[in-house]
Amino acid sequence: MSRSTSRYRWSWVDSVVLLGIIGFFGFIGYRVNTVLVYQWDWGFLPGYLFRWDEETQSLLPNLLVKGLLTTLRLAFWSIILATLIGFVTGMMRTSRRLFPQAFSRLYVELIRNVPPIVFIFVFYFFISSQIIPLLGLDTLDQRLGPTGQSVVEFLFGPVSLLSNTFSGIFCLALFEAAYITEIVRSGIQSVSVGQREAAMSIGLSRWQQMRYVVLPQAVQRVIPPLAGQFIILIKDSSIVSLISIQELTFLTLEVANSTQRVFEVWVFVAGVYFVLCYSCALIFRRLEMRLDSSRI
Amino acid sequence: MNENTSNPIIEMSGVSKWFGDFQVLKDVSLQVFSGERVVVCGPSGSGKSTLIRCINRLEEHQEGRIVVDGIELDQDTQHINKVRSEVGMVFQQFNLFPHLTVLENCTLGPMKVRGLSKKEAEALAMEYLQRVRIPEQAAKYPGSLSGGQQQRVAIARSLCMQPRIMLFDEPTSALDPEMIKEVLDVMIDLAESGMTMICVTHEMGFARTVAHQMVFMDEGRIIERSPPAQFFSEPEHERTKLFLSQILSH
Repeated sequence: MSRSTSRYRWSWVDSVVLLGIIGFFGFIGYRVNTVLVYQWDWGFLPGYLFRWDEETQSLLPNLLVKGLLTTLRLAFWSIILATLIGFVTGMMRTSRRLFPQAFSRLYVELIRNVPPIVFIFVFYFFISSQIIPLLGLDTLDQRLGPTGQSVVEFLFGPVSLLSNTFSGIFCLALFEAAYITEIVRSGIQSVSVGQREAAMSIGLSRWQQMRYVVLPQAVQRVIPPLAGQFIILIKDSSIVSLISIQELTFLTLEVANSTQRVFEVWVFVAGVYFVLCYSCALIFRRLEMRLDSSRI
Repeated sequence: MNENTSNPIIEMSGVSKWFGDFQVLKDVSLQVFSGERVVVCGPSGSGKSTLIRCINRLEEHQEGRIVVDGIELDQDTQHINKVRSEVGMVFQQFNLFPHLTVLENCTLGPMKVRGLSKKEAEALAMEYLQRVRIPEQAAKYPGSLSGGQQQRVAIARSLCMQPRIMLFDEPTSALDPEMIKEVLDVMIDLAESGMTMICVTHEMGFARTVAHQMVFMDEGRIIERSPPAQFFSEPEHERTKLFLSQILSH
């Protein structure tokens, strides 16, 4: 029957759906134009991305770009920290010993069954005020030399906001790590018993079986769900705006309030998040394909 | 560690094991001497796989004693790891590590357990890959090999640990008929080199050529144990006769 060799075929259902979609957006556009009588104005936007500094005679990032940089740093460090925690607790989940199993189970269930916003408030107010001083992160800026300061500034953003940024990273990482734990657990359990038995039969210790036989195979399998979780993490990073971490959403809110250009600002920021998350997805698709082709 | 043949290299006495309420092994005693080749056969579910899996502690026995090469298998992890590094095992499903090349499959144990350098381990691995006649596949991944080739790699991987005993758990059952011979040939070579072997297999031709002792199991018990000449021509027990008539009739 099929004459076309292309992967997709156009049918009348597609035409109906397409018409429906065009109609829907046409209607929204019409309402915005005639009922809301909204005057679109994008002209203010560049000024909030960069500003001209008279003192240094150079272009400096303004609120929105600053926010984006903070979000990028926040996401980057949270992804690393969450992956580390997630792998450790994920392995604990598959342990035969009671304590690691119970502990990691408790961790996962506590976090998965509390809304992210609630978790972040609880964590921020009750724990972050204890842990940050304990690690000495609140006074780090005073103890650093000038080169140290610029290194830290490049890695974590403005030194004055350091403890604030760290709180954000810890909150986000601890929250997302619970989901990564479950991804890692399912990856480990998907490796067949025979693999473990073969590893045992050549005399590898329990840790060596994990390290050289089970984990490498598990990692390969969890890359797609892990990529999905990283993208969720980037999007969830907007939640920490609630504890005044000055990332993209937080600063966008300020810009929207001060300029009153609510639609433009949020549409723009939606685009920024989209580009961020979609590029992350593309990078992981690449990685996945490379790992696949290296096996045969 | 001595070659004294008056001491058995494997000694199982009064071994029992349960899976839940089901008793798989019932008071099994078996002695195997160094250099001896034992073929275990019996109907499926008779406990023959479980028996050999107890020898390197892939299964834990609940009653009785198992002593391998002078080391008793008890709760001591060090004893277990020591025994495992002295006992090679070949599985029905090959169980090669799919993320490692053939060569890496063979060098993993020697490097991580024996502490050999990469160079030494690779030389050793190539020697054994030569012996199982597939040195040219060393750089490939297991997924691109045939079943027979995979099983030969699995044998080489075990041999790289230079074990004193080799266990075979139905090594040819998952193979296409035309690949069975290449695996059996490798096993016969190994037998001729004087390796102590315990094979669970239904390949009676192989059993006749290499076995010193035939062990017949049914319902978790060793029913009969005799040299192959006697085992095939005049089995003692009715159950053995029935089994042999079923698998030798075609």
